[in-house]
This record gives sequence, structure tokens and C-alpha cells, in this order.
Amino acid sequence: MSTTTELAGLSWHPVSDFEALTEFPFMVQALQAGTIVAVMAGTIGWFMVLRRQVFAGHTLSVIAFPGAAGATLAGLPLALGYFGACGVGALVLSRVSRSEESGLSSESAAIGTVGAFGLGLGFLFVSLYGGQLTSLESLLFGTFLGITAAQVQTLLWIGLAALAILALIGRPLLFASVDGAVARAAGVPAEALALAFLLLLGLAVAATAEITGALLVFALLVTPAATAQQVTARPGPGLALSVALALAVTWLGLGIAYFSPYPVGFWVTSLSFGLYLVVRLLLIALARLHHSQPLGAPA
Amino acid sequence: MFAHEFMRNAFLAGTFVAVACGLAGYFVVLRSQVFAGDALSHVAFTGALAAAAAGVDIRLGLFVATIAVALGMGLLGDRARPDDVVIGSVFAWVLGLGALFLSIFVSGSSGSNGTAAVRVLFGSILGLSAVDARFAAVIAILVALALLAIARPLLFASLDPDVAGSLGLPLRAVGVGFFVLLAVVAAEATQAVGALLLLGLLAAPGGAARLLTDSPWRGLALSAVLALASMWGGLVLSYEIVSLPPSFAVIAIASALFAFAALRARLRSGNRSAAPVPLMNRGEADL
Repeated sequence: MSTTTELAGLSWHPVSDFEALTEFPFMVQALQAGTIVAVMAGTIGWFMVLRRQVFAGHTLSVIAFPGAAGATLAGLPLALGYFGACGVGALVLSRVSRSEESGLSSESAAIGTVGAFGLGLGFLFVSLYGGQLTSLESLLFGTFLGITAAQVQTLLWIGLAALAILALIGRPLLFASVDGAVARAAGVPAEALALAFLLLLGLAVAATAEITGALLVFALLVTPAATAQQVTARPGPGLALSVALALAVTWLGLGIAYFSPYPVGFWVTSLSFGLYLVVRLLLIALARLHHSQPLGAPA
Repeated sequence: MFAHEFMRNAFLAGTFVAVACGLAGYFVVLRSQVFAGDALSHVAFTGALAAAAAGVDIRLGLFVATIAVALGMGLLGDRARPDDVVIGSVFAWVLGLGALFLSIFVSGSSGSNGTAAVRVLFGSILGLSAVDARFAAVIAILVALALLAIARPLLFASLDPDVAGSLGLPLRAVGVGFFVLLAVVAAEATQAVGALLLLGLLAAPGGAARLLTDSPWRGLALSAVLALASMWGGLVLSYEIVSLPPSFAVIAIASALFAFAALRARLRSGNRSAAPVPLMNRGEADL
């Protein structure tokens, strides 16, 4: 078989291509990790989009970078850096967005400043570490080559924990996200929920950043969820669709990246953005069609 | 310090870039377009790397990409505040494209061209040549003058779009014009502090000025002064401490100034709420 000798040969034969894809353990582990990450990002991203915390999510994902760079500098495991930095970032962001009283503009200025400072700190760590530029690139844009079986195990536990917490707080969180004022009046602890959600978001970001890199986490968090919310506003089907889309783009992205010379981050972001665009255009076309029906016709 | 030519170049370019960033940043914060500014900074990264991959001048890619995207955002965003989810989806993809160009560029050129990517991401103000510095300074001065020229209608349109629109101010034209100027500022600042950090030079001085004063004109001036102080302070610090990258020093000072302003605002608002009679409605105080 030619597939055993060639690393990057695509035969356009589904079975042998799948065998080629899963031939090496690193690729199997990347697919396993990608699956866990996609489920987490799909669900938590759906809430993020619902709560319109896209900018906060982006800033958290950016903060993952100094965490990883700092851990590299201190000789600690990368995962520790990712999770530590994202946890601290979530706490800082929740304080920032709670304490600002002079409106939306100052809040976003604060979030932006936190993000830029985090990136600057990461750059400082990298330059103190001394010119490991290839590692800088993979910290920012991700790699799926170095994922170990132990990492997959850790990811699995983290993913399960995050989903369990989300299942616990999901209902009141949904209530507080859709109508904060009414939820607060009904006695839902909106502030505590907001903090808990930011921490969950930090967890998801840290887990995802190991694979997609700090700058591209965001693609997996926001785009599938945004696509799903265009299609349906209902929570159940929306969440399912968001997870399904995240899974599809992750698997396809990993698969294509394996057979192509270009980075996995590019494929994952392009696929998810392409899906988003197609769905958006389809919905616009459908609305036009619906609109152009003659008056009195059955809807 | 000024005996070194690279420091003189850095100060020349840095001074005017900082003033332009401070002026633009105040409007960015005022108009709640920080996220859009963030998007532009990532576009700058992708544009520069596309130019590098194609083998043309990085500055060409920077200006073309940022201005094109700014025009698109300005023309497509028909509402006053563009949707964050849409911006987020678009620029997640733009970043993915950046990763693609980076890999093409690094694999296409033999040897250690990873430094070019680092320069684009995190800036290289100490590496500017005399010609580059003069070019950057001239463009920054032009942008700053243009911003000041449209400052009056822009302030009006930002603070009270409904009234401004009913008085016949072309809101959309003003908005698009501002976006284009912001794009030029972003492209300029990318050379100084890098695509990833320029948001700090936009958001931090603007946000601090907004917290420190309610008067728009004083705020605009204060924002420029704060940006300038961050730039000068950062350059001096990185000259004194060799291992400190200048872009980090600049952003760190800007962030510290913002943190100070936020702390002060909170202390004052604490005092105000303790006072028996509220002096002013918050909505009025914002104007």
C-alpha cells in the first residue's frame, strides 16, 4: 500500500485515506483532543454569543498566550500556564466589567487594555526566554503535532467537569443571559453566575488554546455558535447545532491539514467562516423568497 | 541616549505615532469601537504577512489591508454600533489567513525569517531606518491633522448621533472617514508597537482620558498626552533596561496609566455616592 510509505498523500479513497489519517498515534490523539475541545467550545461558545461577551472571550483567549509563554520561561508544564492565566484573566475581567460604572465604552476600553497588556507580557516572556521563535508561532497559532495521550486524558476530565458545571448552572444562566433584569428580580444570583461563566469560558479557552493556539481559539468559540444562533434561537437545538458544527470543522480541519502543507488553524477558521457565510446567505435568500410571496398567500 | 541614531529615529517616529494613536484612541473609546479597533489590528497583521509572503514592501500590505477592511466595516455596518459577533467571526478568519501567510512566508524563504513575523506582531521601533522614521512621522502628522480637522463633527456625531443626524450631519460619511483614518493609524502603529499591541496604545490612553475628564476637548488632548507619555517613557525604560522590549514597556506604562485613572474614578464615584444629594445625573455627566 502506498499509504504506508507516503505521509501526505491523498488517494481520494475514503477508507484508505481514513487509515492513513489514523495511522500515527499523534494524529489519533489530535483527533481525540479536537473532539473534546470542539464539544466544550461549541457549548460554552453558544452561551458566550448569547451573552454578547465576544470581546471578553477574545481577550481571554489572548491572555492564554502570556500564560503559556510564562510557563515556558519558568520551566513549568504548558497546561499549568494556560489554565492559570485564563483563570486569573477571568477574575480580572469579571472585576473590570462589574466595577465600571460609566457605561459600555469604558468597559470595552478596560477589556482592550487588559488584552494588550497580556500580549505584551507574553512577548516579554518570550524575549526573556531567548528567541525560540518557532515555539512563539505554535503558541500563537497552534499545533496538533505534539499532543500526548496524557494530555488527552487531562483534557477529557476538564471537558467533563466543565460540561457538568454548565449543566448545573445552565438553566439560571440562560435566564440571566436572556433577561438580566427579570432574572435578578426573580432572585437569580446574576453576578455570581457571570463570574462562574467567565471562569468556565477561561477553562474552555485554556483547553482549546493548546491545540489551536492563543489567537485562533476564538474561531472555534464564536463562529459555530454564531452560525447556530442564526438558524435557531431555541436553546436545545441551538446548542446541539453549535456542537455539531464545531465538531465538523475541527475534524475536517485536522483532516485537511494532515494532507496539506498549511497550518490547521487556517483550515479550521476558514471552514467555520465559510459555513457561517453560507448559512447567512441562505437565510437572507430564504427571507427574500418569503417576502416576495404575494399578499395573502399561505406563509 | 540621543547619541544613537536608532534612538533618534525611534523618538521621531514614536512621538508622532503616539499622538495620532492618542487622538484616534479617544474617539475609538467614545464611539465604543474598541472591538473594531482590535479587528483592524489583526487585519494589519494579516496584511503585512501577505505582503511579506508575496515579497513586496510590508507597508504596502499594511495600508491596503487596513484601509480596505475599514471601508468594508464602515460601509456594511449600517447601524450605529456594528455587531460584535459579526466582527468576531470575520476577524477569527482573518487571523487564520494570517497563519496561512505566515506558514507560506516561513517555508518559502530559507532560514530564519520568523523574525519578520515577530516584527509585525510585536513591533520593531528600534529597528527603523532614518527614512522609515521620517515617512512614519509625516504620515502620522497628516493623520493627526485630519483627525483634528474633523474632530468637531466627529465629536458631535459620536456623542449624540440622533441630534447630529437630524441637523443634517452626514453620519455615515463621518463614520467611514473616521474608520479610514483609524486604519492608517493602525498601519502606522503596527510598525512601532506591533499589530498585537497597538490596541493598548489606542484603548488605554483613550479610556483613561475618558475616565479622567468629562469635557470632550480636554479629553482629546489628555488622551494624546497620555499616549505620548507612554511612548517616551517606554522608549527610555527599554533603553535603560536592555532586556526589556520597547513595545512591552510602552504598553505597560499605558496600562498602568489606565489602571490609575480607573482607580481614581472609582474612588471619586465612591465619594459621590456617599454624598447626600446626587449632584448630577450620570447621563448628563457623560456629556
